[in-house]
Amino acid sequence: MTLTLALQLCQVFGITSLLAFGGGNAVIPQFQMLTVEHYHWLTSRQFTDAFAIAQAAPGPSTLIVSLLGYRAGGVWGALIATAAMVVPTSIIVYVMARLWNAGHGEHRLRHAVQNGMAPIAVGLILAGGLVVAREAESSILQLAMTAVATIILCASKVNPLIVAVCCGVLGGLLSA
Amino acid sequence: MNDISPQVVDGKAADPAAQEGELPKVPAWQLAVTFNEIALSSFGGGLSAWSREMVVSRRGWMTDAEFLSAMTICRILPGANQVNVAVFVGTKLAGARGAAGALVGLITVPTLLLVGIAAIYAIFQKSPILHHVLGGFAAAAIAMTLSMVWRTGRSTLTSVMPILLFAATFVLNGILRWPLWWTLAITAPIGIAWAWRQAAPAKPTPPGPSLEVTPGSAAP
Repeated sequence: MTLTLALQLCQVFGITSLLAFGGGNAVIPQFQMLTVEHYHWLTSRQFTDAFAIAQAAPGPSTLIVSLLGYRAGGVWGALIATAAMVVPTSIIVYVMARLWNAGHGEHRLRHAVQNGMAPIAVGLILAGGLVVAREAESSILQLAMTAVATIILCASKVNPLIVAVCCGVLGGLLSA
Repeated sequence: MNDISPQVVDGKAADPAAQEGELPKVPAWQLAVTFNEIALSSFGGGLSAWSREMVVSRRGWMTDAEFLSAMTICRILPGANQVNVAVFVGTKLAGARGAAGALVGLITVPTLLLVGIAAIYAIFQKSPILHHVLGGFAAAAIAMTLSMVWRTGRSTLTSVMPILLFAATFVLNGILRWPLWWTLAITAPIGIAWAWRQAAPAKPTPPGPSLEVTPGSAAP
């Protein structure tokens, strides 16, 4: 872990986190661009694997940054990336929560920001899905599993972990 | 504003029963334990549902209305929504210590787990079986993303303008691969200006939670 790398990690994850309007998944395309195409910390394939692992693992899926940081700089890289991702935005939320609890909250502006940003966030999340899907295997099996899993998750309230485990097992079995 | 006092801003201050402002109702360690439990219960997503279940139903720390308005604010702010919700809830219940407790509780164990997984992955990443298993996980993760688009899209893409904003954002960022800030520089001002004008003629919105209310659904 060099100082340069530590600063790069802080820059990539710290600055990007401040742009993560609409949740952590909205910055997946940005992470892909920076960590794969710009810094070459990992390959596209490894990025897609990291996305899959972070989605299935417990905790916020934004912890994909731990995996990206690990590829860049081992355990310290993971810890620095994670801190850079969550600390700045947590401070903002902390300040806003204090203001909010103190009774400050401009309603019209708040609603305008919320309602105006909501469809943009949905667009960013779909863009993140596309970026990851592009790098995943595009076999018939893969596409079929994605389609079926999407329908199941949209139409039912089944625990996503069950769907993830089924897809993982199927992927392993059917390819063998 | 008077409750942003030095002893609250300083993370390691005094004792749990602070002297002024809102008295901390919940010790920070209990927030940490609870958010750790939330994180570990939420394999494969569903964190917000679990957060509500624990904070509102099981612990009774907040009412549904309080929790929903907290979620609304956290959606507006940058950052991972679930992390933001934890910090917001922690702040409300126990100030800076609560915020730190909730944050640490939510991410520490999952981060360590992921570091372990990353190390194992680094050893086995050439194995074809692992590759196919992860391929299956990737299919599920993409499906989860699409179902999130479906769920959030159904409540937000209710009129022409939101659909245009959604489509423009997707094309710029997802297909043309514009960087996020360029994309937002184009779409965010349009979206906020549109929503601002939408809000103008309508009746004043009650201050309560309005998580699912969209301008489209409120149109005459």
